[in-house]
Amino acid sequence: MVSRRDFLWCAGVGAGAMLVAPRIAFASVASERRFVFVIQRGAADGLNIVVPYADPAYASLRGPLAIDPASATKLDGTFALHPSLVETAKMYAAGQALFVQAVASPYRDRSHFDGQNVLETGGPAPYRTKDGWLNRLVTMLPAARANAIAFAPTVPLALRGPADVTSYAPSALPQAPDDLLLRVSQLYAGDPQLHALWTSAMQARGLASDAGARQDPASLGKLAAGFLSRDDGPRIAMIETGGWDTHSAQNQRLGAQLKALDTMMASMRDGLGEHWANTTVLVATEFGRTAAANGTGGTDHGTASAAMLLGGAVQGGRVLADWPGLSASALYQGRDLRPTLGLDSLIANVASEAFSLDPAQVGRQLFAETPTTRMSTRLLRT
Amino acid sequence: MDDRRQATSAAIALNRFGLGVRADETAPADPKGWLLSQIGGAAYQPMPPAWAGEPSSSTLAAEFADRQIAIRSASDDDKQAVRKSYNEKIRDTYRAAVNARFMSALQTPTPFVERLVHFWANHFAVSVEKPPVAMLAGSYEVEAIRPHVLGRFEDMLVAAERHPAMQIFLDQARSVGPDSPAAERAAMRHPDRKPGLNENLGREIMELHTLGVRSGYAQDDVTEFARALTGWSIGAMGGRGAGGQQRTDAAAPGQFVFRANLHEPGTRSIMGRQYDQPGEQQALAILHDLAASPATAHHIADKLARHFVADTPPPALVDRLARTFTETNGDLPSVYRVLIDSPESWSPVDAKFKTPWDWTVSSMRGLGRNDLGNVQVAPLLTQLGQPVWRPGSPAGYDDIAASWAAPDALVRRVELAQRFASRVGDTIDARTLGPQLLGGSLSESTATELSRAESAPTALALLLVSPDFQRR
Repeated sequence: MVSRRDFLWCAGVGAGAMLVAPRIAFASVASERRFVFVIQRGAADGLNIVVPYADPAYASLRGPLAIDPASATKLDGTFALHPSLVETAKMYAAGQALFVQAVASPYRDRSHFDGQNVLETGGPAPYRTKDGWLNRLVTMLPAARANAIAFAPTVPLALRGPADVTSYAPSALPQAPDDLLLRVSQLYAGDPQLHALWTSAMQARGLASDAGARQDPASLGKLAAGFLSRDDGPRIAMIETGGWDTHSAQNQRLGAQLKALDTMMASMRDGLGEHWANTTVLVATEFGRTAAANGTGGTDHGTASAAMLLGGAVQGGRVLADWPGLSASALYQGRDLRPTLGLDSLIANVASEAFSLDPAQVGRQLFAETPTTRMSTRLLRT
Repeated sequence: MDDRRQATSAAIALNRFGLGVRADETAPADPKGWLLSQIGGAAYQPMPPAWAGEPSSSTLAAEFADRQIAIRSASDDDKQAVRKSYNEKIRDTYRAAVNARFMSALQTPTPFVERLVHFWANHFAVSVEKPPVAMLAGSYEVEAIRPHVLGRFEDMLVAAERHPAMQIFLDQARSVGPDSPAAERAAMRHPDRKPGLNENLGREIMELHTLGVRSGYAQDDVTEFARALTGWSIGAMGGRGAGGQQRTDAAAPGQFVFRANLHEPGTRSIMGRQYDQPGEQQALAILHDLAASPATAHHIADKLARHFVADTPPPALVDRLARTFTETNGDLPSVYRVLIDSPESWSPVDAKFKTPWDWTVSSMRGLGRNDLGNVQVAPLLTQLGQPVWRPGSPAGYDDIAASWAAPDALVRRVELAQRFASRVGDTIDARTLGPQLLGGSLSESTATELSRAESAPTALALLLVSPDFQRR
């Protein structure tokens, strides 16, 4: 009945969940852009990821947590990259990674859950907007986007909304026989909620080529790449990662987190092959962490953080920052990195460039209540 | 729109308030009375038989401390093997506790109170990503939650915050007052290493456990509360402790202890109130005021109503519950009584979509299971997307349908229902079990599909994944 298979897709993994929200045209879509949103839940410490090693206050604020610039990859005269991000550093050298520092959503308090709500809904304040900006982006794409796929136990808020979202995840349970699946379709025929969910689940299963996929970072990157590479596969994806809330033992934990992210991204890059050139991955978190180390080998909830754009479509090899500095008077409320760039604007710009949409219209659609600004530089290759 | 069934009062009591009908159970003649008698407390088991064989937090914490010492003292060649064997031990402890929790849910004489245990454990959530928390999560539910579900909110609050699982999960045990004796001594020894505050526990108590977010407190209040909480700690579990006191620690591993030398001296000011109590009493006084705050009453009332009645609960019901919470100083049975007496709770349309935990418990109860056989519940719940005691964040699991009713999640339930049903074979007839589980209110369309199924197990699987059974 539906001749074009348009969908979104997302996947669940380990502590977090991964999802991909694809849009598809019928024929070969080899030239189509892919857009992936990786959310870092728990407030990732931007100051130890894109390290402002040249800022005179950095080393003393961080004490034993400070990243030694000698071990990190120098990005420019101000910033260096965390040493665990080995593959990401290669992307930077190849002009495929762009970092954005001192960036934040409009949210200014320090609750994870409110902060993630603002980041995912694109609303001006927590719980003011019901659906997610990534779902609204899907609705802006041409042609009927009948379905969306969530590859996870649940659909994350950024993907909830008017565009249908389905889900797919590799399951360790024995598959149910086709007869039972058909009978369940019949059973749900009269139930609007379950009927819609079930229909999209069945469509997603039709696209899964790698039913035995596992859930470690490398497998996940490969699985996502598999879906994104298909001609009839998704073009928008979202991956959830957790574990960034480093109140203690930060050096060890952040290192492991970043290594997992780095591995997943490299695996996605390798799996996408020629399609990597058309891919943009946005990595962002709900807010940053305190400029100073806390008393327990970690950092507490802060404000501005760092974001990344990775992919062959990115005009990389740059760090974008209106660097506010880390001196006592420069800090936001005397404790956090001060935001000088809006995450909303970054998202609106990159999304419009990725899909050749009007940036002002994307801004209004995704972030209706907060004005987004046009960035002074293109983020992606033309 | 659809032929959604109209639930009977008996079905509502058993499914919405309880954990689902057992195959061997008869419906209560007086559904409301059945619920009220449960919160009377006589039949409720704070320590049910299923939990009786599980170790206490002090035993588990001592084992964990042994692990740390064993790993540290192992030779480099052996370290990996020692670590591995202890990690398996932690996993086994966690799985045994999850099985005990599940068994208790199968066998309980008071399913409404058992549901409340699950509710409160999720309200005061810990998450087992950290190995010591994985070890302690079961003991946390038994020691901090179960004894207080029919008591006062403040007692549960204090028990939860002091428990080693929470102390470790929210990084409290090593938080040090910047001007405390321990900090000053540390500064003399290692001027470059500054022990200090960790505000994680203080923030989450205010945001998640009591007042609720955006209820009027500010960053300064969080920091002040974190200062007051310094000194709240536990006996060292073999890791590196604050100030190095673990080497001569008088406190048993994991046991709550107030460490005066970590406590930030001075009066604290929180939301306009001054707290000049000495030592440990200071944070207790703050907790007391937080528990009594109208914001807390509203926060708890809202969550309870969402859990039992609807994703967007009726405001009048929330207000009524909050008023009772305040008037009774957080006497929980009084609040539950209002919930039971409220007409909103008895709407014949099932508005709640079961969580994976709810669905699995009610399925096994519906099939009349009294034991687990060789089923490991923990990996099963992981496959369904709700690993037990692992919400991944201190907010606990969401309590709305959008979080659970997702396409792939439905497929998982179908896969699992098929597995459950195939084990039962043709010993149960879904056509008679269906009306019984749904309190005599199985929808006609589901009844039709059950009668058309090609085999008894298929009919049973369909019953478990039917719209009727997946909502409560």
